[in-house]
This record gives sequence, structure tokens and C-alpha cells, in this order.
Amino acid sequence: MKKITPAKAGTYVVLTFWALTTLYPFVWVVLNSFRERGLIRKDSFSIPLPGGGLTMENYAKAMDRFDFGNAYMNSLLISIVVTVAVVLIAGFAAYGMVRFRFRLRGLCRSLIMAGMMFPVFSTIIPVFRMEAAWGIASSGNRWLSLLAVILPQIAGNLCFAIIVLMGFIESVPIELEESAYMDGCHVFQVYFHIIMPAAKSSFATVAIFAFLWSYNDLFTQNFFLRVPREKTITLLLNEISSQAGVDYGLMAASVVLIVAPVLAVYVLLQKHIIKGLTAGAVKG
Amino acid sequence: MGSTLYRKKGPLIAFLLPAFLFLLLFLYYPFVQNILNSFSDITGLGAPAQGLNDPWYVNYATLLTDPKLRTALGNTVLLTVCTVAFQVGIALVLALLVDSIRVGAQLFRTLYFFPIVISATALGLMFNLIFLYNGGMLNQLLVNLGIAAENIDWKDADHFLLTMFSPVMWQYVGFYFVILVTGLNNISQDLYEAAALDGCTGLKRVRFVTLPLLRNVLCTCLVLAITGALKVFDLPWVMLGAGMPQDQGWLTGTYMYDQTFNRGNVDYGSAIAVLIVVLGVLFSNVANRVFKPRSDL
Repeated sequence: MKKITPAKAGTYVVLTFWALTTLYPFVWVVLNSFRERGLIRKDSFSIPLPGGGLTMENYAKAMDRFDFGNAYMNSLLISIVVTVAVVLIAGFAAYGMVRFRFRLRGLCRSLIMAGMMFPVFSTIIPVFRMEAAWGIASSGNRWLSLLAVILPQIAGNLCFAIIVLMGFIESVPIELEESAYMDGCHVFQVYFHIIMPAAKSSFATVAIFAFLWSYNDLFTQNFFLRVPREKTITLLLNEISSQAGVDYGLMAASVVLIVAPVLAVYVLLQKHIIKGLTAGAVKG
Repeated sequence: MGSTLYRKKGPLIAFLLPAFLFLLLFLYYPFVQNILNSFSDITGLGAPAQGLNDPWYVNYATLLTDPKLRTALGNTVLLTVCTVAFQVGIALVLALLVDSIRVGAQLFRTLYFFPIVISATALGLMFNLIFLYNGGMLNQLLVNLGIAAENIDWKDADHFLLTMFSPVMWQYVGFYFVILVTGLNNISQDLYEAAALDGCTGLKRVRFVTLPLLRNVLCTCLVLAITGALKVFDLPWVMLGAGMPQDQGWLTGTYMYDQTFNRGNVDYGSAIAVLIVVLGVLFSNVANRVFKPRSDL
């Protein structure tokens, strides 16, 4: 028999309230993306029904006027490369920083911490000039332009990733690594066979954030990607928002079109995210 | 730390080199370049520097007297305080609550994390629809429920801080929530059982077992929250634009962007960027002092 205590009920009330604040605005936008033009301002809370204001017109207009498929391709390509690179490079660095004792360790630590503070606006102009000199920025070649976005995005995600991973690698018991070493593993084997599985949850966390930040970043992409076929999904949305004016239905539909695939992937990955997050606890 | 495994320093180079190569090339070199820019005379994005400013520190002198920058700093400090108090605070409460339940824990995690998946551009558009003066979600809700007699202008001088801050804080609660929940999961159940044997349960357990063990993770969250608040840009920019209303709504991030990219004051923008970094280092050092991470935990 389970008893529902007042404390438990209160817990659920608080948790549900916050869940509503994150969920309801999106529900509202979805509802209004199906609403006929002009009705949003008067009555935005009802559920649009066939014959009672329901329309697909907003979506038809959005799909017709903007090239979503190509933009998704570009966005995914950039984000996947950034994620893989960040996980590999940051994992290595965090491991080296946590386990080895060396003379410049303090300095390296400060460099990583301070790297978190740099607003991207403060580095973008010199980065652009440097990449232009290398011939990858504004070269007119689509793949090189994407690379020009990928490189600074990797650097921008690294510090956060290293800091998070350091925190978790520190909590991996060192005895495991030592006994593996006694059994003849060298350092790289220790890293791939002991550290990575043990800190799996935090690697998952880091990968997810690297992907999302890269995918959602407007500023860097806006700077390097100018040609229509290089456009990513956030750039497309930005363009729509400046063209839609007071067509709120079109805006709502575009927001849904751009958010929906991310959500689908998110809901699918959710199982693995949670598994990743909790796996650490089992190994403790 | 006398492990024999880590005595040989050879592999260390391989571990650290890629990361620091990226940091030096794409963060530190451009940033040093940026400091130089802040002393030079640059009038356009593509334009090369036309020698040093006269006097060379003129941008930093302007920083001290610029009233808009003072507004931006005030707003940003306020945002930082709110971020630490509400963002990390709410996240901690939610994380502790979710950690204490079984049924639905996964659902709540999914829902809380969810705003972070969405790009700030999309969120900015969404919140513009929500805060719309004529027929926005909030005004319709308040008027329909009879809380407000008439539509409220959410972007006027009385409300813009709320309008600007709440989406920023709301979006990232889930972020700190996930980090804290991961930290909570890493606390061994044995410790809780031992604490329970000693009669330590409920709030007491939170106070004497959970929070001390969570200290390092909390510290990470605080540093991230502070440096994040100083860099906030896209949501306020999409929602309020350049310093609305009447130059009261600047943040250091938006003001710097405006100076650099809209007004062609590239060198002054660089000086503001330097200021942002200095403040970030200062603030997070204070946070580190106050909530010192402990190596024995």
C-alpha cells in the first residue's frame, strides 16, 4: 500500500507547475499556427476546429516560401561534426588535466576557466580575418564555409565541456585505473576502457549540449554563411522573422516547423539521455 | 596522487595538445588581437586599423563616462544576481524534488530540459507573440481572468526588465537542473542509508548530506551561471532590439554588439568585450572564493 503524504503531494504540485511553464507556451504556439489569420489576437486559447478557424494555410505558405530541407542538412552537418570533435578533444584534455601533475597545470586550468568568459563577439572579427587568410572563410565553396563555422564553434564549446568532464573524471576512483595499469594497459587503453565508460553519463551530457549550442547558434553562422545554399535552420528562421511582419500565423507555423524535428529527435534520444545520466549512479 | 600510471609525462602532450591548440588559435589569439583593436582606430568591420587611437586609452576613458554603458552594467549585474538566485535556485529545488520521487521523474526531466533544445531565435519569436501588446498570450490571459483591467505594455519602462529577464532565466533552469540531477545521481545510496540509520532524513538529510556532497557541482553551476549572464545576447536582442525602451534596456552583450556591428565603433566594442571578460573573471573568482570547491569531496 502506498500512502500519499502531504509532502509528496506538494512535491508534485511544484513540479507540475514548472512543467506547465515549459510546456504550455509551445502548446499555445502550436494551436495558433493552425488558426486562421486575424483570430489569434481575439481568441488564442481555444482549440481551432474544422470550420471554427482551423487552417493549414500558414504551413503551406511557410513551406512554399522557404527551403527547409537544405537548411536542415547544413545545420545537422555542422552540429554533428562539432559534437564529435568536442567530445574527443575535451575528453582527452579533461583526463590529462585531472590525472597528471605537471608544472603548468595551474596555468592551463586558468586558461580553460577564462576561456569560458570570452563572448563570441570579442573573438569573431579576428577569427574571420584569420580564416579568410587561410582561404576557408568567404571562399564561395559551401563545404569550406561550413568548416569556417565548425572550427570556432568547436573552440567555443571546448572550455565548458572540459570543465564538466573534469568534475566527473575527478570522481572516478583512481584504483580502477591503477589495477588496469598493473594488468599491462597503457594510458590510452586506460582512458578508453576505464574512464570513458565510467564517466559515460557526463560524456552524454557534454555531447548533447555541444550539439544543441552548435545547432541553435545564430551569431557565428550569421557571420560566416552568406549564400542561400549555405543557410542553416536558425538563419532561415531569422530571415522569416524579418519578413513575416505582423503575419503571426506564419511566424507561429515557422516556429513549429523548426522546433518539431528537434523535438522529435529529443523525445527519441530522451531514453538514452536519461540512461546516460543515471548510469553514473549505478557505478557510483 | 602518487600513481605510477601517471608518472610518465609523455602521453600528456597527446592529451592536451589538440584542446589547447584550438583554444590558442580560436580563443586566445583572437582575444589578444581584440585587446590590440581596443587601442586602435578602426572604423569598419573589414577595415584595417588606422594606427593607434589618440590618446591610445581613449576607449577606456569613454567606458568610465558612457551613461549607456552604465545602464548596461547595472542591468547586467542585476541579471547576474537574478540568474544565480532564481535560475540555480529553482534548478536546485526542482532537482532535489525530482530526486525524491519515483513516478514521473523521467517525464519531469524531459519537460524541464526541453526549452534548451529550442534555439533562442525561435524562443525570441515565441516570446514576442506571448508578450504582444495587442492580443498576446499574457495580456489575453490576464484580461480574461480579470487580473488586469486592460492590456499591459510589457515592453515599456515599467515592465521591460521582467520581459527581458524572465525568458532568459526560464530557458536555462533546465540546464542547471540536468547538471544538478546528474550530480545527485552520483551520490552513493549507501551514504543515504547510513544517514537514515543515524536518524537523518528529509530536510535534515538535504542540509547535512546532499548539499555538502553537491558542493562541487553547485560551484560549477554558479560559475557557469555568472559567465553565462554576462554574455546573454540573443533572446534580449530578438525581443527588445537595440536598448529598448529609450536606452534603458541595454545589456553589456547587446550594447557591445550594437557598437561593433551597427555603429561601426569596432574599437570601442572591443574595449567593452575586454570589460566583459574582466568582469567575468572577477565575478567567478568571487563565486569560487565564497563556494570554494573542495578536493576532499
